[in-house]
Amino acid sequence: MLEFYEPQPDFGTPQSDSETLVTLTIDGISVTVPEGTSVMRAASEGGVKIPRLCATDSLKSFGSCRICLVEIEGRRGFPASCTTTVTEGMEVRTQSSEIGKLRRNVMELYISDHPLDCLTCPTNGDCELQDTAGEVGLRAVRYGFEGENHLVAEKDESNPYFTFDPSKCILCSRCVRACEEVQGTFALTIDGRGFDSKVSAGQAESFMESECVSCGACVDACPTATLTEKSIIELGKPEHSVVTTCAYCGVGCSFKAEMKGNEVVRMTPYKDGKANEGHACVKGRFAFGYTTHKDRITKPMIRESIDDPWREVSWDEAVSYTAERFKAIQAKYGRISIGAISSSRCTNEEVYLVQKMVRTGFGNNNIDTCARVCHSPTGFGLKTTLGESAGTQTFASVEKADVVIVMGANPTEAHPVFASRLKRRLREGAKLIVIDPRQIELVRSPHIVADYHLPVRPGTNVTVLNALAHVIVNEGLQAHDYIAERCETADFEKWVQFIADERHSPEHTEQFSGVPAADLRAAARLYATGGNGAIFYGLGVTEHSQGSTAVMGIANLAMLTGNLGRDGVGVNPLRGQNNVQGSCDMGSFPHELPGYRHVSNVATRQLFEREWGVTLDSEPGLRIPNMFDAAIDGDFKGLYCQGEDIAQSDPNTHHVEAALKAIECLVVQDIFLNETAKFAHVFLPGATFLEKDGTFTNAERRISRVRKTMPPLSGKADWEGTMALANALGCNMHYNHPSEIMDEIAKLTPTFSGVSYKKLDELGSIQWPCNDHTPAGTPIMHVDEFVRGKGFFAITEYVPTEERANRKFPLLLTTGRILSQYNVGAQTRRTSNSQWHAEDTLEIHPHDAEERGINHGDWVGIQSRVGQTVLHADVTSRVKPGVVYTTFHHPVSGANVITTDNSDWATNCPEYKVTAVQISKVTAPSSWQARQKSFDTQQLQLLEKARH
Amino acid sequence: METDPYQLIEGMTIAGLAVGANQGYIYLRSEYPVAHKILNKAIERATEAGFLGKNICNSNSDFFLEVRLGAGAYICGEETSLLESLEGKRGMVRAKPPLPAIEGLFGKPTVVNNVLTLGAAASILEQGSETYKDFGMGRSRGTLAVQLAGNVKRGGVIELAFGVTLREVVEDFGGGTYSGRPIRAIQMGGPLGAFLPASQWDTPLDYEAFAAIKAMIGHGGIVVFDDTVDMAAQARFAMEFCAVESCGKCTPCRIGATRGVEVIDRIVNNQDRDNNLILLTDLCDTMELGSLCAMGGMTPFPVRSALTYFAEDFSGESPREN
Repeated sequence: MLEFYEPQPDFGTPQSDSETLVTLTIDGISVTVPEGTSVMRAASEGGVKIPRLCATDSLKSFGSCRICLVEIEGRRGFPASCTTTVTEGMEVRTQSSEIGKLRRNVMELYISDHPLDCLTCPTNGDCELQDTAGEVGLRAVRYGFEGENHLVAEKDESNPYFTFDPSKCILCSRCVRACEEVQGTFALTIDGRGFDSKVSAGQAESFMESECVSCGACVDACPTATLTEKSIIELGKPEHSVVTTCAYCGVGCSFKAEMKGNEVVRMTPYKDGKANEGHACVKGRFAFGYTTHKDRITKPMIRESIDDPWREVSWDEAVSYTAERFKAIQAKYGRISIGAISSSRCTNEEVYLVQKMVRTGFGNNNIDTCARVCHSPTGFGLKTTLGESAGTQTFASVEKADVVIVMGANPTEAHPVFASRLKRRLREGAKLIVIDPRQIELVRSPHIVADYHLPVRPGTNVTVLNALAHVIVNEGLQAHDYIAERCETADFEKWVQFIADERHSPEHTEQFSGVPAADLRAAARLYATGGNGAIFYGLGVTEHSQGSTAVMGIANLAMLTGNLGRDGVGVNPLRGQNNVQGSCDMGSFPHELPGYRHVSNVATRQLFEREWGVTLDSEPGLRIPNMFDAAIDGDFKGLYCQGEDIAQSDPNTHHVEAALKAIECLVVQDIFLNETAKFAHVFLPGATFLEKDGTFTNAERRISRVRKTMPPLSGKADWEGTMALANALGCNMHYNHPSEIMDEIAKLTPTFSGVSYKKLDELGSIQWPCNDHTPAGTPIMHVDEFVRGKGFFAITEYVPTEERANRKFPLLLTTGRILSQYNVGAQTRRTSNSQWHAEDTLEIHPHDAEERGINHGDWVGIQSRVGQTVLHADVTSRVKPGVVYTTFHHPVSGANVITTDNSDWATNCPEYKVTAVQISKVTAPSSWQARQKSFDTQQLQLLEKARH
Repeated sequence: METDPYQLIEGMTIAGLAVGANQGYIYLRSEYPVAHKILNKAIERATEAGFLGKNICNSNSDFFLEVRLGAGAYICGEETSLLESLEGKRGMVRAKPPLPAIEGLFGKPTVVNNVLTLGAAASILEQGSETYKDFGMGRSRGTLAVQLAGNVKRGGVIELAFGVTLREVVEDFGGGTYSGRPIRAIQMGGPLGAFLPASQWDTPLDYEAFAAIKAMIGHGGIVVFDDTVDMAAQARFAMEFCAVESCGKCTPCRIGATRGVEVIDRIVNNQDRDNNLILLTDLCDTMELGSLCAMGGMTPFPVRSALTYFAEDFSGESPREN
């Protein structure tokens, strides 16, 4: 959807959700709007533009600029149209000579303290002050420019992405209000009084030094050039824009890529995007520079061995070389000796093609996806209990929640745009229970205090979930009628027998989890009786040896309290990557065809066999960890890995590296020479989300369009690369556009049968299931009954992980993400986001640090049963004694050198969140880090040879 | 508050019972430490005696009272700024509607009244409404505590029934100027009140009568000036006061007041005088019609009255000499 650049429509004040309608006349035009609507908005809806400066429809009305004054029949003076709400029969005049004079005179005051440098101003042509001066007809500033002013106020250029130029500020407070109302960080304020008022970050700090999280809501809200993107200053105003979907986390924000030719000059969150409704974070809005980073590899490359230099070749040569080697490997080692890994960062269509290529071209089911290592337990746990492998709600549903449980997730860092929505609801008074080993930001932040923080010891989630259920059952707080009507009663009775047992009482589980029994009881009562209860969880739940058990425990809690099937409740996995949900939906698991249908099912197989014209293997293929094991055993020799950096992201790096070295033909398709590519024999250059068409599916099951803003730098989008390889392997794949792939998916997958690009363009986005019963999609699942029919209460016995702390490894390491970096950091490390997080550090409690003689900033060795790495220490009480924490955004950190092979019993999802370690003060990086560094240098040299 | 704090406590309790509120706040300027001490002590005693707190006088009704101190901002006398300040925020004016009675302190319905009103509530309930009504004239009933200040022989506070004329107050009670020179101007109602020339001194203290001459009674403060006063400087002071005390939220007040000072300076310096006089009038219109609250809206009152009745002081000739 190419559009010439134009600012997004702005109705001035937020929409009213009242159902009562009010009719009034504005300049003689009859307008009917919901009660509670402002006169300004009513006018906008009736097609009458009232000039304004301090009003914008993402913020509550404020009434400070005094430009939007109108006349209302029967009222004295000139009420501000933004703060005056409509009444039945009201007669409004928006223009008269008196109003005109008043507006002009107010504007004259503004401009008497504003530089007259419009022609050289970065927002020339895209400035509300400029537009409004035009609208009110300002022709002179009789005050002159000799008076007191702010024209020489100093610029703050500390933020890498935007500047703050107070000389251009009109004190409308839109930035301050956006920081409070939209983002919820409260980093900005107005300092001083009267004429001396000024916008101030933190306590008169620079933006970078302040609490500012660089979400950019202030920049978006600013009507002048005061807060302006540096890219706009450098490149000028965009000339066209393309609506697309963010390629970072699973929130799936909708953006307008604002372009000049093939260059992105700005990413602006799209107001009509239902996942984000006009908000964004520092990654999605600003961190797109990686897409044109000099490290991008844009030509296919091949080499015989990983000690050889790379050689740039044509796509044809790279593809036929790969096909020949794969065929030779299969001829020598058998049909199942090769496989592929699809990416949750790629589009649905691309993931679908990869699995199709494996099942039809490789002739086996050796296809797995990176969801294996994050949310595979969600798929298993929710499918088992509720019948569908997906979250149950829309994000907007949280606005109706009364009690929110956040478990093993850190939304303000990892899902910031959802976090802002959640924080807004919490500020309105919803209660909050945080279950997390760390004191995450939601536990205590401006205007937010968790009612209960249950600081669970890593690895014991199941005891906490069981104890919550135990309290609810034993205190008789369950939703009796709901359960009787909607759940399998025999299984429920069995489960009640199980859960009511004393071993699940909080007083008993406290010894395992470390969660005080009284807090846990109080939290259980709150969730069961506090109104609409919504659970949001993340990888802190799934990435455990009992990840699937914990997911089922969460579903049990929701069913037990009747908190499924309507607005404001539900069970919501926060997906890590942009298309985790989609990659799972698209059949990229070794046992499931698209739509979560088992490969052993004859009818399903026949359906696909008819369409694809091949015979499909009925045996599930290898999961990622099985592929590694088989590679080390010499049975698995060829791997096609698209858009995933297994060498950095998968656990037990030594093991992964050994496996990669054992593979004879490793094909990596990526935008950078990532850690995995350093072990590869074929490199196929990938395309970023800006370079291709497709769809992503976010954590709400929302399918949104990804739209091409520029041609792929390598000449092929990823789906085209896969198609070429598949055809070289003898498949018969011919798609002219990803929409044709989606048509095939819709034809073969009942939950997608109503999806098409045409409908996506019409509706903006669609939450699956979308079919004949729900042609516009399904915002909330399990409304009348569960997808599986009756809800199933699974028995969730606590089985302690084998990864235990002991005398030798007395501390438990857990891992997570930080706001500015994304996952393995391949993208964000190549942007200015690294100014916030240049390295991963180890968080350790002051008590544990002191025992080991560790000071803040010291090098510390982290030794686990499988490996050792070295990081700088961050001594902080965010973690409790006995627990240490790090992030994994930098390859050199080697976070996964220490994580183990333990994994979820049901899905093999690695147990990233629990590793027993010892910490000691050291003086230098570890031997692995030294090896990593030299290997890295060697591989980069081999790359350089290809390029010159 | 310093001499009879219980009248205020009683008045607030009555107000609380009347509207069903169980929490009251006295928002006191920090410049009155004695009143602060006395009020706190009085609240403590009233609470001990069962007149405040839980189940007051065994009535099954609760009413708690708390004194909160301001931080020196004039604007916090404006009710919505006062509420912001009470909430612990900057004293910034809120747009109305919603009125505080609908959505006030911490978003709850709030009655905001001044000490005079609440004090009067206690007297009215004690003495009956007829007694109260017997004082005053027209729609202005009861009494007013008039504060006589400035260049006046006998300054101080006098409680008077509405209806006496300004001249009676200043000349009879005040005894004329302290300097003994003729009175030239009287400002009534605080720093944003109009300057009244001799022709208006026979106006009775009555809200409607004052409004009719574009003046105001306000809090009853009277400042007397003798014939040495420079009314252009007084007009300038009004703008300057607004510039210093403006909360800075709305544009007419935030920028207008500063520009007002500059324009008056240009007028008295004879710089492009006629155009600047037009500009000053335009500015007064803009502030009066466009400001968010009465601070910016009333600053033009002293300015305009000085311009209208004492135009000769703006002539640009050297200031009046004495």
